Parts: sequence; structure tokens; C-alpha cells
Amino acid sequence: MKLELRGITKRFGSLVANENINLVVESGEIRSLLGENGAGKSTLMNVLYGLYQADGGEILLDGKVQAFKGPGDAMAAGIGMVHQHFMLIPVFTVAENVVLGNEPVNAIGGLDLDTARARVKEISDRFGFDVDPDALVEDLPVGIQQRVEIIKALTRNAKVLVLDEPTAVLTPQETDELMQIMRELAKSGTSIIFITHKLREVQAVADKITVIRQGKVVGEADPKASASELASLMVGREVDLQVEKAANKVGEVVLSVANVSVLDDREQRAVDNVSFEVRAGEILAIAGVQGNGQTELSEALLGLRHTIKGGGDITLGGQVLNNLSVRKHLEAGIGYVPEDRKKDGLVSEFSIAENFMLNGSFGKPFTKGINIDFASRDEISAKLIEEFDVRTQSASTPAGKLSGGNQQKVVVARELSRDVKLLIASQPTRGVDVGSIEFIHERIVAERDSGRAVILISTELDEVLALADRIAVMYRGRIVGIVDAKTSRETLGKMMAGVAA
Amino acid sequence: MSKLEVTPGMFSNAEVRPSWKTSIVLGAFSLLVLFAFGFFGKPGDVTYNLSNKGDIFSVPDIVVASTFANIVFGSLMLAITAISVWRTIQGKRTPSWLTLIAGLIGATALLGWLAAGNTVPVSFILGSAIVLAVPIILGGLGGLMSERVGVVNIAIEGQLLTGAFMAAVVGTVTHNLWFGLIAAMVASAILSMALASLAIKYLVDQIIIGVLINVLVIGITNFLYSQWLASAGEEANFPGTFDIISIPYLSGLPIIGPALFEARITVYLTFILVPLVWFVLFRTKLGLRARAVGEHPTAADTVGINVGRTRFWWVTIGGAIAGLGGAALTIGNVGAFGREMSGGLGFIALAVVILGRWQPFYVSAAALLFGFAIILRVWANGVAPGIPTDFITMVPYLVTLIAVAGFAGKVRAPAASGQPYIKG
Repeated sequence: MKLELRGITKRFGSLVANENINLVVESGEIRSLLGENGAGKSTLMNVLYGLYQADGGEILLDGKVQAFKGPGDAMAAGIGMVHQHFMLIPVFTVAENVVLGNEPVNAIGGLDLDTARARVKEISDRFGFDVDPDALVEDLPVGIQQRVEIIKALTRNAKVLVLDEPTAVLTPQETDELMQIMRELAKSGTSIIFITHKLREVQAVADKITVIRQGKVVGEADPKASASELASLMVGREVDLQVEKAANKVGEVVLSVANVSVLDDREQRAVDNVSFEVRAGEILAIAGVQGNGQTELSEALLGLRHTIKGGGDITLGGQVLNNLSVRKHLEAGIGYVPEDRKKDGLVSEFSIAENFMLNGSFGKPFTKGINIDFASRDEISAKLIEEFDVRTQSASTPAGKLSGGNQQKVVVARELSRDVKLLIASQPTRGVDVGSIEFIHERIVAERDSGRAVILISTELDEVLALADRIAVMYRGRIVGIVDAKTSRETLGKMMAGVAA
Repeated sequence: MSKLEVTPGMFSNAEVRPSWKTSIVLGAFSLLVLFAFGFFGKPGDVTYNLSNKGDIFSVPDIVVASTFANIVFGSLMLAITAISVWRTIQGKRTPSWLTLIAGLIGATALLGWLAAGNTVPVSFILGSAIVLAVPIILGGLGGLMSERVGVVNIAIEGQLLTGAFMAAVVGTVTHNLWFGLIAAMVASAILSMALASLAIKYLVDQIIIGVLINVLVIGITNFLYSQWLASAGEEANFPGTFDIISIPYLSGLPIIGPALFEARITVYLTFILVPLVWFVLFRTKLGLRARAVGEHPTAADTVGINVGRTRFWWVTIGGAIAGLGGAALTIGNVGAFGREMSGGLGFIALAVVILGRWQPFYVSAAALLFGFAIILRVWANGVAPGIPTDFITMVPYLVTLIAVAGFAGKVRAPAASGQPYIKG
């Protein structure tokens, strides 16, 4: 089916998320929408899918103008969407999720789950998905959940399939499999819109690339274009994709973790008997697909989560930290950049200056007796804003008003300004613009060079390869192996799927 | 390369050791029964009356010494406790049905202790418990339907009271109880519509609306009662009750016959509604959609389900069912409206929804427990005047504690319950 968007405009208050966007996707074409976080890709797709109403412009399918009042209309017209955050009900089975909204019924009006199972099986077998229709979605790994989403779209006869950042949760091998699936779907005539910010994937699978920046289409590109060409089109200026990094001088062991296990919120063992060491002056990257225990591990290292009794110790510079309070951990010398800055890193309603003193409210330099030392705080804030290049009007601006990149710089500035022995940076560049990514990467390397130990937890293999001195790969709560930073992408990918090197 | 081995039991609940609380609670109650009701119990024979004269076949009354029976019951409960302890040591959970059996034995022992030197009319107690539980069951069903789609309805108390009032007044004025029944359901549904539209469309806090509706209804009915019904009882508050319908043959069965098959239409409607709500919720596409809306409204929206509309109608129909529960209070039981006659049953219904894990059958079972608590208080007063009523009133709630301990750890509310859905 041929899809045409003409002059789509979408505003949120005074913010223009999409401005006069034109896009034509031919039948059987794989089109990549490339753009930074916040460029307006997802908004555009939500307009196409009927979740948002456009303020201007029109959507045409095979030359006919469409008026979608809601996702139901869009689906009926043949548009399917795999959302970045899966739209699946965790407590339902695969079959129930697939037929939801489009349920087969039996003679007495009851739900016909046999037909539902058959539908799942048919698509699953046709594309080799290997999905059990009776499995509860919450028990499935994310890679399989994504296939459930694709099955959901296909059982509704989607002729245009939108995939919104589909590879964020996949291992490299799963990504390859997904690309294979995309090619097969395209061959059978389905048009595919593939939204991503990962250049490598675009080059591998797209027929054509549309680049969006700040809500506008800034150009089309050929997949054969070089990565730096695409990056500069996406960002609007020359980008240096390489991180400058000299050889490191490794010192003594700063953190040692011995046989540590941690339970997650559902009281299941999310970190399973993990041991590793980090030395001064090195970056240990913890790689792995999201949801394999990295979050729980980082929380345990900060004391937010208790370790299971009977395991070994977490030792920082000779001090055993097991199950001490978070404050004791901070005082022992841990800097912590949490993976979700909005939830755990900042108080959005607080000013930048207040956020700077969040974990420094116990004593100098932020407080004097029981009072806040405002003069000292303002001085420190001004210095940090300058040093970390936070783009803001003043230190009293609420943190929530900043862009993602600048919010992250506030968090990083706060953690790096303290005198720490160990920096834990969890997804430090998630949802951050390319300019800020460069900056944050440089600062992390600078920390290493100044002789601190750094743990970088990242699901982005590119980031891991760019920064790490050693790489530990986690799979289902275990460390599959700790390898050299020169290890090939392919080997790392296999380790991320649980194959020990 | 070899695939990494994963610890057996990982990603499963087996990691968590079952807690000792089930065993401890069971043990405490076993000892209570064994000593307080058994060894130091009241002397005298107790008669468990199991069948009436008119029954198809009669079961002889069981006559036994109260202390002896309770020593046996206490020992049985101790045995169950032992099984529970053994399973906990082995790292397994105590199955719910076992706790349930212990609870039933405990309740029987309590009856036997109270009625030492007297008779326990088993089917009378069971039947009365059901009649008293009906408003709680129906209120609970209404609350459950509302919470399953993600709207917290704490206005059940107000809806019961509205239903009770409307049923009595309209039933009297029109001289037709069916009109009273319908008026109760409609009025309560309208209250629900107010709750639903304020909560869904205008995003007002659901707890606040619920509290306001309760206060409002109590105020209005109190006002109308004192200004109108109290002085004009004959013309406005004298509806009578539905006739008792006996189902041929079935009503002649011992124990359960009089309890289940000799009742008013409100009880029979409850017997139909409980499985019906279960069927719709878990076996039809309407129910699948409703649960999807309550778990993950955005996901439901992306497959073309109208979240607002679904919530609105489920809350409204739930309100109608709660209104029926109110009608059961007046024209299904007492026969006239009294000031604040729902007396907190709506709040008990709220608790019952959680205790019953948002499942119609479990909710009904939990409601029955409260029905039993109420009738026990009334009956014990007559049969054993020496025992303080407050103590008797307490006991069934202790039984509830056993139930909670047995089911604990598995309760999981609809994920989006209480959260408004705001579209971008």
C-alpha cells in the first residue's frame, strides 16, 4: 500500500512537534525515519496511527485521503504499529493480546480462544517466530514480546507497518533477525516505516532514508551514504563519532563484588551470583540487553536494593558496604548517574541549584549548621553550569524545564563534582542529543584518566565499544564473561544472548 | 561456545521462602479452639440440627458433648498446623484450601462452644448469612466491575443507601415492588454516571468524588427520612418484601435446601449475577476489553478500544448492581427504610473486593464470611447470653485474618486502577 503524508503539522501548545512534513512511502518499501531523540519522529507516527490529531495536513493511502478519529480507524485502513514501549497487557496471554480489540467469538458470544491461538500460530509459523500462544506476556523476554506486537499488527492485515525504535531492546543477533523479518514483509508487499537513531541499522536495511530534525524533514538520503554524512544531516553540524581515548594507567582495585545476588521487585533473582572487580583508572562497561539485571545490580551497588544473605561482599576501597544505608554508600565515595534521570536523578520541580545539592544536604559546602548556605550554593551552581555547559537561563530554572541533554548534564555535574572513588554511570546518554553525548563521553573518559574507577552500564553496544577498557556482559542476571574492549561485535552479541565466550 | 546455564528456579517465585505467618496464625487458632473451647470449654451437650421436618430425607441431629467435640476439632486444626509447618520447612506454601478447611472447622467449633447445652440450627445460620451477605456481594460486584476497568469506586456505601431508599419509597408509592427494584438500580446507576463522568472526563480525584457521594447520599436520605418518611411511614415507607420462593424438591434437601432454595428474588438474582459477571469478565470479548482497559489503558486505546466509554459503562452497570444490593436491604429483607441502614456495608464491600482479589466468586465467599459474622452476633446473643457480644463479634474477623494469611502475597490489583487516562 502506498502511503503519503502531505504537510502534516502537529503542535503541543507553543511547541511545534511536526512542521509541514511530507513523506511518500511506496508499496513494499522499507523507509527509515532517522532523527535524534525529540526530533518529532514518534509524534509523526502517532499522528499517522490516529493517536494524535494533526493540526494541519492530510494522510493518503493509495491516493485516498483518510480521516482517522482513533487508532481503530487507522488499523482498519491497514496501518499497524509496533510501539517503542510495547502496547501489551502483561497479565494476558499472547493469544489474548493478539486478538484484543478484534476478538473472534463463538456461538454463545464467548471468547473463541481456539481461533485466537490458531491466528497466532499461523503467523508465527509463517515467519518462524516461535511464539507460544498460551504464554503470559509478562513471562516472555522482550525480544519475543516484540514479535507478539508484530503478530498483532499482521493479524489485522497491516499493509503499512510502523516500527518505532524496535531495536532498542534487542541483542545484535535479534536485530539481524528482525531485519530479516522486515525484508520478508517488504517482499510480500508490506510498506515498512522504520524509526531509529542508529545509523548502522539504517544503512543495513533501509531502501530510502528520511531525516527529521526539530520537527522538519531536512532531507532524504541514500543508505549507501557514510555514517558521518548521515550523522551530520541528523544533527545539523559536523559530528565527531570517535571518542578520543588514550591508553589507561590501571591502579589498585577500587570496587570488588563477590558472589552477589539481588532480588527484583517481583522477588525474583534478578542478579545471580555476580562477581567482578573494578580498578582505579579503568572503565568497566556492563553490556547486555535491557532487563537482564543491570538495573538491580546498579541499585544494589548504591545500597538502594539489598543483596541476598549468604552471598559475598561488596567492598569499596577496603570498606564492606553490604546492605548499609544509601548515605553510607555515598559517603564511602560513590558517584551515581541513574538510568532514568527524570525518576531517580532529578526533582523536576526543583531548581537546578537545588538539584545540585540533592545528595550534599548533609554538610559543607551546601549547608551551614541547619541552614542552607545560599551564597556558597549559588557560587557552586554558577561554576558547575559553566563547567558542564548546561544551557539554561539561570540556576533557578526548574530542572524539568531543561532539555534531556541538559538535564543529564546537571546530574553528571552533581555526581562528578563530589570527590568520589567510583563513578557508576547507568545509561548516561539515553535520550540525550548528540552534542551532549559527545560531552558526557568526554567527561567520563576524563574521570578515568584522573584515576577514578568507572562502571558504565549501557545497552548501546556502540557506547560500550567507544568507552570501555573491559566489558562484562550480563544475561539473565549472570555475568556471561568479562572480555577485552577489542572483542568483536559479533562475539559480544552472542554473549548478550547468553552464549559464554 | 555454550549457552550459559541458568540457575533452576530463577525467574520464578521459588526463590522466596514462604513466610511463617500462615503456620503461626493457624497454630494460635488451633490452641484457642483446643483449650478455650475444648478443655476449658462450657460443659453440656450440643445438638447440630441438620434437617427440618419437611425435608425429602432427614439427617438425624448430631448430639455430642461440647468440650469433647471441640477437643477433636482443636486436634484436627493442630494436625493441619503441623502439615503447614512441615511444608514451610520444606520451602513450600500451605495450600489455600487447607487453610479454608481449618477456618471451617474453627467456625464449627465456635458454634459448638456457644451452643453448649443448646441447639445449633445449621441451615438457619447458613440461610441468614446468605441473606445478610447479599448486599455485600452485590456491592462488591459493583466495586469489582468498576475497579476492573480502572476506576476506584468508594461510593458503594452511597449506592447501597440510595438503592435501599428508592426501593422502599418507589415500592410503596407505586404498590409494585418491581418498580421499586428498578428505581433502586436506575438511581444508583445515575450516581455511578456522575462518578464516572467526573472521574473519566473531568479527571477529578476518584477518592474525593466517592467520599462526596457517600456524604451527600447520607445527608439527603437522612433529611428525607426525618422530614418525610418518619411522619408518613404508611404512605411512603411501607413497601413490604418480596415473597419467599421455594424451589420444588431442591428446597427439601437437608441443610442447603432451606438455606439456598427458599429465598427471595433478590437472593436468586445474586446467584445468577455472580457467575454472570464472572463469565462476562473472563469469557467474553467485552470482559477482555474491560480488563485490558483496567490494566493498560494506552495499550487498549492503540487497538481501537474506547477507554472512556468502556470505563463509563462498566462503572454505571456496576452501580446498578450495587443499587440492587441496596434494594435487597429493604424490600429483600427488612421491609422498610431506616436511617443510614446500610451501616458501613458499602465499606465492607470495598474490603471484600480486595480480599476476594477482584474475582466474583472469591468476592462472594469473602462477603459470606461477613454475613456469617453478622448472624453469629444476633444468634449468639440469644443462645449464650453469658458471653459478651463484643467478643463474638470479633471472632469472625479473626477467621478473616486466617483467610488473609492464607491468601497473602498473591493479591495483585488491576494495574491502572485509580489512574485517570489522559490522551495526548
